[in-house]
Amino acid sequence: MTLLIGAATIGLILALLALGVYLSFRIFHFADITADGSITLGASVTAILLVHHTAPLLATAAGGLAGMIAGGLTGVLHTKFKINGLLSGILVMTALYSINLHIMGRSNVPLLNEATLASQVESLGLPFWPSGELLVAGWRVSLRDLMMLGGMFLLVSSVGFTLHLFFKTNLGTAMLATGDNQQMIRALGVNVDFILILGLALSNGLIALSGSLLAQYQGFADVQMGIGMVVWGLASVIIGEALVGTSRIGLLITGAIMGSVLFRLLVAIALRWGLNPNDLKLITATFVFVALVAPGFIRKLKSAAPATPAAP
Amino acid sequence: MLEVVDLLKTFNPGTPNEVRALRSVTLRLEPSSFLIIIGTNGSGKSTLLNAVAGTFLVDTGTITLAGQNITRWPEHRRARLIGRVFQNPFSGTAPSMSIAENLALAARRGQPRGFGWTLNRRLREELRERIRSLNMGLENRLDNAIGSLSGGQRQALTLIMASWLKPELLLLDEHTAALDPKSADQVIRLTHEIIERDRLTTLMVTHSMQQAVHLGDRIIMMHKGQILHDLQGPERARVRPEDLLRRFDDVRRREQLDPAVAELLQQRYV
Repeated sequence: MTLLIGAATIGLILALLALGVYLSFRIFHFADITADGSITLGASVTAILLVHHTAPLLATAAGGLAGMIAGGLTGVLHTKFKINGLLSGILVMTALYSINLHIMGRSNVPLLNEATLASQVESLGLPFWPSGELLVAGWRVSLRDLMMLGGMFLLVSSVGFTLHLFFKTNLGTAMLATGDNQQMIRALGVNVDFILILGLALSNGLIALSGSLLAQYQGFADVQMGIGMVVWGLASVIIGEALVGTSRIGLLITGAIMGSVLFRLLVAIALRWGLNPNDLKLITATFVFVALVAPGFIRKLKSAAPATPAAP
Repeated sequence: MLEVVDLLKTFNPGTPNEVRALRSVTLRLEPSSFLIIIGTNGSGKSTLLNAVAGTFLVDTGTITLAGQNITRWPEHRRARLIGRVFQNPFSGTAPSMSIAENLALAARRGQPRGFGWTLNRRLREELRERIRSLNMGLENRLDNAIGSLSGGQRQALTLIMASWLKPELLLLDEHTAALDPKSADQVIRLTHEIIERDRLTTLMVTHSMQQAVHLGDRIIMMHKGQILHDLQGPERARVRPEDLLRRFDDVRRREQLDPAVAELLQQRYV
């Protein structure tokens, strides 16, 4: 039970990553690899602020803000300096590796003895369950895990709902249209460069927020924690799209959140059954490859199939 | 009023692919006038339209619209004053968004996009009323993705979108060229109606001599980045499609001759 609750909590935390990847990859069709750096940036900024006894909420917000700046920078490189999108992301991601090391001062910052959002959320439940443990369906579960799961559910639902509302505003609709048809939205008076920079800032802000929360939940920030995260987010988005099977934005946002939780649960179960953790990224990458290629391949097979001969 | 003075634009300067697309183009368009631009392929007619729209900045020259010098304005800023319909029916709309969302985006052309709701009940009613006049039954499909519509329907909607906030200048770039004849006729009828109703200043590029003769109050013919003929007033009123075709033939014939020979022939026979 603890395993499932832990997996669901991490799934919810990484749902923010999935939402960020959804924004850049699905809305702007922009393969933004900054994500790998900005998730660590969120974690490292929050970790170092927590070590210096900053209020957890403030430290978390600062982590998200740092991600927004990184995303905005990728946007500026792409729009103002006309650097290819993928390369812009690679440049910022590479630079972030050194920046994260500078921020943390070393490659790993433990947070086990610091006041974090996780410890604060746990303390909210202590007056009601002073033992720090609960019985759930006959299983003994730690209060910290359960409170964190509830807290993340509320936070991620609110972020998803806010994002859904945002896409119903004039600015949000302009952002959707920028991803759909730049020529058209430019002719309607929208500054496409600004929208792209804003969108990438928003995307990486969410991703860094995810990193910040992940560090606080796991109890450490590590300079390597971002490797392959963009593919993880993409896998969640693809699973989410398969789950909701629609192009409506509200459902796609819900799908990305559900996809992240489901993917994390599947991974937890697979690891429990003996999957070598070293193979995890290889399997994730293969899954995303298959999910991206399969629809086109199936279409090709269908169109190549010989027509049924007409009856004589 | 649109005033274009001495526009010059060279693409890929200093390379083997150098193209002098606009060579000192000067043009003055009175308010509510409807100018048709014709010309051979590569004559610079679409380039002139794009220069006015701000797709690229010109090398030299000035563009003034509604009393404002817009020569250095970026494209999105010029969109406050200019409505535009592209040749490709798929270029003017966002395919995965609904008809209502597309129209709502156009209803705020050139205005700041903030956190106000894109659609509300009043705007939806207004959208419904406006597209009812198209007689395409689209007023009941406001929430359908615009990408599910035919090219003709999309181009008709793009035209409505471009003219929604009565632009200072409407640019039409061969906007019926990619449509089947029936849809093209419908869109041309709609174009005529909207321009007449709102008395819009319009610049339209076309390859159709019929459209050139039956629409608009002035025709310019471009060739090699320059204005070759400017037909207005009684001369424009008399012109027939055959006259325009003959002028095209003249250009082609002149192109094939050595300039010295052409001059000699002209001196001898004309």
